Amino acid sequence: MISRRFILLAGIAASLTAAPAAAQEKSIVVASTTSTQDSGLFGHILPLFKAKTGIDVKVVSQGTGQALETGRRGDADVVFVHAKSLEEKFVAEGFGVKRYPVMYNDFILIGPNSDPAGIKGSRDIVAALKTIKAKIAPFISRGDKSGTHAAELALWRLAAIDIAKEKSDKILGPWYREIGQGMGAALNTASASNGYVLADRGTWLSFKNRGELEIAVEGDQRLFNQYGVILVNPAKHPNVKQELGQAFIDWIISPEGQKAIADYKINGQQLFFPNATAPGA
Amino acid sequence: MPENASALQLVLSGDPALYAIVRLSLVVSLSAALFATLIGVPFGALIALNRFPGREAVVVVLNALMGLPPVVVGLAVYLLLSRSGPLGELGILFTPQAMIVAQTILIAPIIAALARQTLEDLWNEYRDELAAMDVGPLGRIATLIWDARFSLVTALLAGFGRAAAEVGAVIIVGGNIDGFTRTMTTAIALETSKGDLPLAIGLGMVLLAIVILVNALAWGTRSIGQRVAG
Repeated sequence: MISRRFILLAGIAASLTAAPAAAQEKSIVVASTTSTQDSGLFGHILPLFKAKTGIDVKVVSQGTGQALETGRRGDADVVFVHAKSLEEKFVAEGFGVKRYPVMYNDFILIGPNSDPAGIKGSRDIVAALKTIKAKIAPFISRGDKSGTHAAELALWRLAAIDIAKEKSDKILGPWYREIGQGMGAALNTASASNGYVLADRGTWLSFKNRGELEIAVEGDQRLFNQYGVILVNPAKHPNVKQELGQAFIDWIISPEGQKAIADYKINGQQLFFPNATAPGA
Repeated sequence: MPENASALQLVLSGDPALYAIVRLSLVVSLSAALFATLIGVPFGALIALNRFPGREAVVVVLNALMGLPPVVVGLAVYLLLSRSGPLGELGILFTPQAMIVAQTILIAPIIAALARQTLEDLWNEYRDELAAMDVGPLGRIATLIWDARFSLVTALLAGFGRAAAEVGAVIIVGGNIDGFTRTMTTAIALETSKGDLPLAIGLGMVLLAIVILVNALAWGTRSIGQRVAG
């Protein structure tokens, strides 16, 4: 009895120690955002990358803020996020080697088809946000320091509405609801509470629980959403797999990787637009 | 997992991605239950059989730790195993090993607390007999654990159930990596966030069925064991 138990334990111990050796065989950890994962982009491009290079990419999908924090702590080899100013800060602080622009998609304002704020069809996101506040229509905010959350706050500032200040002054009404969760959860909440929500188009196109939700505002230049990719600095974290991580970056900004991104479609709609070579992206 | 498939279709078609997820859930939670038993039962026995100052406080804290929030355990283990943390050298963050560590910490107090109660009750029954037989401290613990083994299985199952059901710890330390650290619960959380509520609830049913199956197996083993042991 005891010997059998011992064998079982030894077996588990052996399998536990053997697993990392196998896993370390050409794999990298990429900290990325919920939008790239939930939209299915990685499911489309990573098998192509693996077929070409044999490198297994393990994606940890978090908000942009959390993904950068994961990189800062040295727990990822590459970060793939969408908040240019935060990315530039990440590199300036020495945590990242260099930022490469990869692709863009756009944000859209989603709302209930009853459209309580009366903004459907508008192409002016700033005016739409002002109207939502004026009519105190429910608005769902990610509230999770993600790239989408950062973009949302920047748009409110453009509308001369300082959410952070109103919050600290305790004059922010209950129409503005911070949920502190990912894009899908925010859409689920908007769907359940007939609220407006800022979403990235990729997640929206692949989102299945739409209920009464539809696109209220789209097509405004200010809704542009740029993605960048950065190798975590091996000088800060020697465990970073520099060669493999750079191989991933080189591939994703190469014509082949860029084509793979452009080829990803849902119901014939392209989700992300590669622009690695666009100046200033 | 393929798009637009229901959980039932995935089960019936033997979808390899689903089976990999089920396998990982079982490996992680059963390993955690086993390790937590190896830690928790002796610990519970020590408290059950010994009288020392502050013992009541230890019992209260141990019972309270049964309610450890998974997300707190996950965060603590994350900070421990992160490359910037004290055990970063191990490099096991975002691996199944990290998930086993987190779940072991989560459920060890549950198993220890339940074992403590079980063994203490038995100890009250056996105390005079064992004293008369002049059995040493280790012998007493061994005797009690052996005689309480069937009840202790229930403690192990309680721990396993908690581990298999939690999402807060494994999603933080495992990272919900497709094909590597994705478990039933993190897959359910992911499908919910993708708005695929039917698939999410379907996966929930599959998880429930697995937990029931594991408990049925344990119950069957226990019944046979009791019959054989008399």
